[in-house]
Amino acid sequence: MRWVTAQPGRGRAILLGALPLVVLAFAYIVAAAARHSDNAADKILPLPGAMAAAMAALIFEADPLSGQYLFWADTLASLTRLGLGLGIATASTLCVGLVVGSLPPVRATLGPLVTAIAVIPPIALLPILFIVFGLGETAKVALIVIGVAPFMIRDVAGHIAALPREQVIKALTLGANSWGVILRVALPQAMPRLIEALRLSLGPAWVFLISAEAIAADVGLGYRIFLVRRYLAMDVILPYVAWIAILAVVMDFALSRGSRRLFGWAHGAAH
Amino acid sequence: MALLSLKNLWVEYGEKVVLERISLDIAEGSFVSIIGPSGAGKSSLLRVVLGQEKPTRGTITLDGAPLPPECGPDRGVVFQRYSVFPHLTVLGNTLLGLEFSASPFTARLFGSARRAAISEAEAMLEQVGLADSRHLYPAQMSGGMQQRLAIAQALIKRPRILLLDEPFGALDPGIRKDMHALITRLWREHGLTIIMVTHDIKEAFSLGTRVLTLDKRRHDPHAPQRYGAAVVYDLELTRKVQHVPAEAGADEQVEVDGITIDRVGNN
Repeated sequence: MRWVTAQPGRGRAILLGALPLVVLAFAYIVAAAARHSDNAADKILPLPGAMAAAMAALIFEADPLSGQYLFWADTLASLTRLGLGLGIATASTLCVGLVVGSLPPVRATLGPLVTAIAVIPPIALLPILFIVFGLGETAKVALIVIGVAPFMIRDVAGHIAALPREQVIKALTLGANSWGVILRVALPQAMPRLIEALRLSLGPAWVFLISAEAIAADVGLGYRIFLVRRYLAMDVILPYVAWIAILAVVMDFALSRGSRRLFGWAHGAAH
Repeated sequence: MALLSLKNLWVEYGEKVVLERISLDIAEGSFVSIIGPSGAGKSSLLRVVLGQEKPTRGTITLDGAPLPPECGPDRGVVFQRYSVFPHLTVLGNTLLGLEFSASPFTARLFGSARRAAISEAEAMLEQVGLADSRHLYPAQMSGGMQQRLAIAQALIKRPRILLLDEPFGALDPGIRKDMHALITRLWREHGLTIIMVTHDIKEAFSLGTRVLTLDKRRHDPHAPQRYGAAVVYDLELTRKVQHVPAEAGADEQVEVDGITIDRVGNN
């Protein structure tokens, strides 16, 4: 057997994939136990029991001050911001990316602008967004949109522009006009790429969400993490980070499955 | 009168002359093969006739009317590759031409119009031997099947001229032979006018009723771009000339094996 050709089966692949996670968790517990044997009140590496207790309070008990279940309120607030931001970014990518990719004159007009916006670090725009939109939800959503939309537009427009010229010519000989080419040739072929761009944007979108929440918010996953940091509450921070990871993985998985189901032709597999 | 006339056509890219003084009359119902060495402007000539490129000088007329320098449904095309749309099934690819012309805004058909279009598309797929593959995507088909689909897709628009740009160049020899039989049959049955660019001299002679050879007449070794290619041989293979019914009134219709070709008011 050579390593470069060894293909693990499905069951074995899952096992292999789980292995590093298990090792990591085990290493954490060993380290946490070691710290707790030195100092029973250690807060840096809380034991799983302490994390469960701290999280139970946030998940199952209403906050006496606000009457909210904080964990769920944070999750809802963050997912709403993320969903709005990514939704607006995706919709604008579809509109702008499609015309920029399909119509060379529009590409010549808007391409440099999109590139210029894409190279600005979005966090540098956050103060401007706070000044313009105030400290409310709008600025946070706007940060996500500005952070991911230019990248997505460039990616989708580039993909459409790189479609074989023959396809456009063929569509024209079939009686299409420019609109017909956009609608029936460019749009369907842009969709799988759009989902791919969205998947790649999930990471940056979470970065912008947490950043915005850390700076100015009163609810949200990022807000909570940065709030409890003041009390060194690793028993809340670690589960929150794990929760964010789970949410991100679920979104990525759902997008990937959705794309395979809806656009099987783009994934090369049997349909 | 010739269906397609090229008069004193020049194609130049800046200093580089690709085609010079091309004057051709292509008769209706002919199968013209164009051969020539690489870089002799075979594909440029095809692109000009297709409307993808504008000639630097000269005029092209189709049925006596000047041809606008843009692609339209009066000229169908099959390229060597990328002729079919990967996101549509065989049936979807064939329907597309009917959908574009029927509804310029949605480019889709619904209800009874769609059912009629589907039966027309299925009849066309039957002709090219893809009736059983109608729900496959191009990626699931061989190169030969994809080219069959590309031909069906183009023919459903009833183009005045079918342009083939090395359509069988990427196929293996056995499949290529089947495709030759197919295109010859379709040409006869539908009364097509075909212009085919090919690298394969044998193919050019076995399929064509007329073989054009493009090459440079003159060559300046110090300025190789100075002279373009022209038609150096123009061979009529008369024994194969297709029987075209005599021209009649303005709305003459010819019934060929259940397929109606509107020879005059087409598109």
